[in-house]
Amino acid sequence: MGVWIWVLVFGFVWGIGAHGLDRHPHTERISGSAGDVLEDDPVGRLKVFVYELPSKYNKKILQKDPRCLNHMFAAEIFMHRFLLSSPVRTLNPEEADWFYTPIYTTCDLTPNGLPLPFKSPRMMRSAIQLISSNWPYWNRTEGADHFFVVPHDFGACFHYQEEKAIERGILPLLQRATLVQTFGQRNHVCLNEGSITIPPYAPPQKMQAHLIPQETPRSIFVYFRGLFYDVNNDPEGGYYARGARAAVWENFKDNPLFDISTEHPTTYYEDMQRAIFCLCPLGWAPWSPRLVEAVIFGCIPVIIADDIVLPFADAIPWEEIGVFVAEEDVPNLDTILTSIPPEVILRKQRLLANPSMKQAMLFPQPAQSGDAFHQILNGLARKLPHNKNVYLKPGENALNWTAGPVGDLKPW
Amino acid sequence: MKLSALQQSYTNRRSNSFRAAGGLDSSVDGSGKSPAAIFWLVLHGLCCLISLVLGFRFSRLVFFLFFSTASNGGTSGLYPSTPFLGTTADIAGSLSFQANPSPNLELPPNRTAGGISSSRVVVGRHGIRIRPWPHPNPDEVMKAHRIIERVQREQKLQFGIKNPRTVIVVTPTYVRTFQTLHLTGLMHSLMNVPYDLIWIVIEAGGTTNETASLLAKSGLRTIHIGFDRRMPNSWEDRHRLEAQMRLRALRIVREEKLDGILMFGDDSNMHSMELFDEIQKVKWIGAVSVGILAHSGNTDELSSVAHKKAEEENLPPPVQGPACNSSEKLVGWHIFNSLPYVGNGATYIDDRATVLPRKLEWSGFVLNSRLLWKAAEDRPEWVKDLDKLDGVREEIESPLSLLKDPSMVEPLGSCGRKVLLWWLRVEARTDSKFPARWIIDPPLEVTVPAKRTPWPDAPPELPSNVKEISIQEHTEKRHAKSRASRSKHSSRSKRKHESRTADPQVSSKVSEE
Repeated sequence: MGVWIWVLVFGFVWGIGAHGLDRHPHTERISGSAGDVLEDDPVGRLKVFVYELPSKYNKKILQKDPRCLNHMFAAEIFMHRFLLSSPVRTLNPEEADWFYTPIYTTCDLTPNGLPLPFKSPRMMRSAIQLISSNWPYWNRTEGADHFFVVPHDFGACFHYQEEKAIERGILPLLQRATLVQTFGQRNHVCLNEGSITIPPYAPPQKMQAHLIPQETPRSIFVYFRGLFYDVNNDPEGGYYARGARAAVWENFKDNPLFDISTEHPTTYYEDMQRAIFCLCPLGWAPWSPRLVEAVIFGCIPVIIADDIVLPFADAIPWEEIGVFVAEEDVPNLDTILTSIPPEVILRKQRLLANPSMKQAMLFPQPAQSGDAFHQILNGLARKLPHNKNVYLKPGENALNWTAGPVGDLKPW
Repeated sequence: MKLSALQQSYTNRRSNSFRAAGGLDSSVDGSGKSPAAIFWLVLHGLCCLISLVLGFRFSRLVFFLFFSTASNGGTSGLYPSTPFLGTTADIAGSLSFQANPSPNLELPPNRTAGGISSSRVVVGRHGIRIRPWPHPNPDEVMKAHRIIERVQREQKLQFGIKNPRTVIVVTPTYVRTFQTLHLTGLMHSLMNVPYDLIWIVIEAGGTTNETASLLAKSGLRTIHIGFDRRMPNSWEDRHRLEAQMRLRALRIVREEKLDGILMFGDDSNMHSMELFDEIQKVKWIGAVSVGILAHSGNTDELSSVAHKKAEEENLPPPVQGPACNSSEKLVGWHIFNSLPYVGNGATYIDDRATVLPRKLEWSGFVLNSRLLWKAAEDRPEWVKDLDKLDGVREEIESPLSLLKDPSMVEPLGSCGRKVLLWWLRVEARTDSKFPARWIIDPPLEVTVPAKRTPWPDAPPELPSNVKEISIQEHTEKRHAKSRASRSKHSSRSKRKHESRTADPQVSSKVSEE
């Protein structure tokens, strides 16, 4: 009799286990170097205080040009809105772990829609002067427990040309702060040690509107749409994308497996869902919204950017999800891609199909659990508790307030 | 431009210096100064002059070039920190292309700020790497196709139909000119169906080798049955006979207890692949929408009137199939509106008038084969038993006659909104001849325009055209600089004779290229 009870219990448990497996036959769990942290809930693990800046730093800029809400740098605006109504926000700065400054540095747009970074250093400087004189928390740590969202091309170097950005370096006043930025490249001047890399903003509703049925067979092997040569800014060639995009075009323009061109089709999103590999090569900067699009549409990203640091690299194991190709190996791209065993490809597709993976790349309005906002907070929470030597002794000064080009010192 | 001038001045000075060195050598031997020292002095002066012109230290560039060729152009570490300006970088780039034409070229990075070690990846101008033969490799292409196929198979497993059922296709046919046309089309559609298939072909007039040879090419599992009656000439009788042939097929399904989904694939219809995916959803009996392509034989006065009327009223293309209300339940049927064609429809197969479909075509219905079995356990009560229809000589117009309760039909294809197959009846004249199995044996020697088929009476002037084309081909081959053997048919003589008339045409043709 006892034996039968054990058999029943065993069968019951096994049945539940098998049923649990059946529930997600085509996805796989994602665990990065920091562990299984994609689904962590940051609420309760940290407190963020939002400074009240005058509206000339945020609202007025947005009113002048509402295009800032749709371009790929819109994360700074949406992060502000998210934090204002989030449960991690605290109105008591004494109990805050992190301090956020709502400043929209990437909203000075040309008529074409590209942001001009020339006034951003002065704007940032003026904001920091404001918060350091009105609140004591900046001077307490010289900014080490403050974080800023700087989604521009090269982050806080505030320039779109890489050579000039390297020359300027990160704004000296932000040296100790945590920077939340889209740019990431190892051993690069514009990536600070403790920075959090985020994906560029991609409009979630627009992408949802273009979903096609999952059973549509994937018949395109490699897909890419975009520039190969930037004739306006790089007429002689060789500078744009370090020659990698041009190499892709010259080597594979007549290859039927590679569906690559410079067109702007209206079916761009639908085509990505019919492709197995999507190329994400570098442009003038190594990051691009193509990565986000590839992840959302289940297309394996082929990342061609040496030493790139991808978003949330400690939470998402990008090595297992995407394919990394060195820029010098671009001529052998077809050999590399066809020599990947099919089981590996299927596993990558299963990882991409995981809904928490897609959520982590998006900035939905209103915010949902597991989305990019929460991943940023998770990243900030993982950096807690602050090191003791972050708090400066009275009289000690770590930052040089007059460093940097003379033009930056002008008031804004 | 500036570059070539520099180059010239550089080479001039080089040659000058050599001449000077040579001269000095000869004159200096006697004076006692070492010629090597003077040579180096002159070389140094030369480099100074060049640096003056260029604006930067020329020797550094030379050393850099030596190092870059030695280190295989790799992304090596830090270089000395003198910044290179944009223009000098151009000159350096092009000069080095002169000296070392390898495509790998990298320049040292600009001055780095702060004490951070610079990136291993260098900023600046890079070469565009192109492999020696930048074309697709057939092995890679095959591997890629295998990967694509594996991925699609996985997709079908995950998102497609689970437990697909066998598809049983019933096709009535008979031997006629257009049989090969229609049957080949149907056959290729069926060969592309990803599920198991049983194809029941009923042939009026008995089985023939004609049809059997066609079916053998398909590689599908076929049941080829002969029906004893010959196909009549009038459309009415033809439809009636086809219905009886289909019933015969249903009886076979019952006897053999074939399990699967039964659909009626007429050999003149066009099926989309989605149809076969959609019919997997049927439970007992389903209906799909059929697009009717009622085709008028030619622009007779009678039929054109009907067409104009239809166009004026802006009628949507006629579709037969289930009609649903807003809650996706079957409420009725759309049938073909034959009013515009009243009195103008074709009665005989040879007619040039429009061929009309029946009210409800058989091909729009799909059955679960278990409906026909003698003693299926879960067969619903609203189905008549096939046995009972054997004895009664009533008209069976559509599968609805098999049901006691026609409202139990399931509408498929998002409730009839998707048209998944198209109906079209095109036949040649009943007296038209065609070669058996479409094999011309023995080969044709003489072609004579047939008087009874609608060819124009005077065939076009073929022979002169052919000659001109061959001449153009020959001259084009010449222009392509191929020293291939001249053709053996004495083209030279032809060219001489016809060159005068053909030349303007040839030259115009060549100039087009």
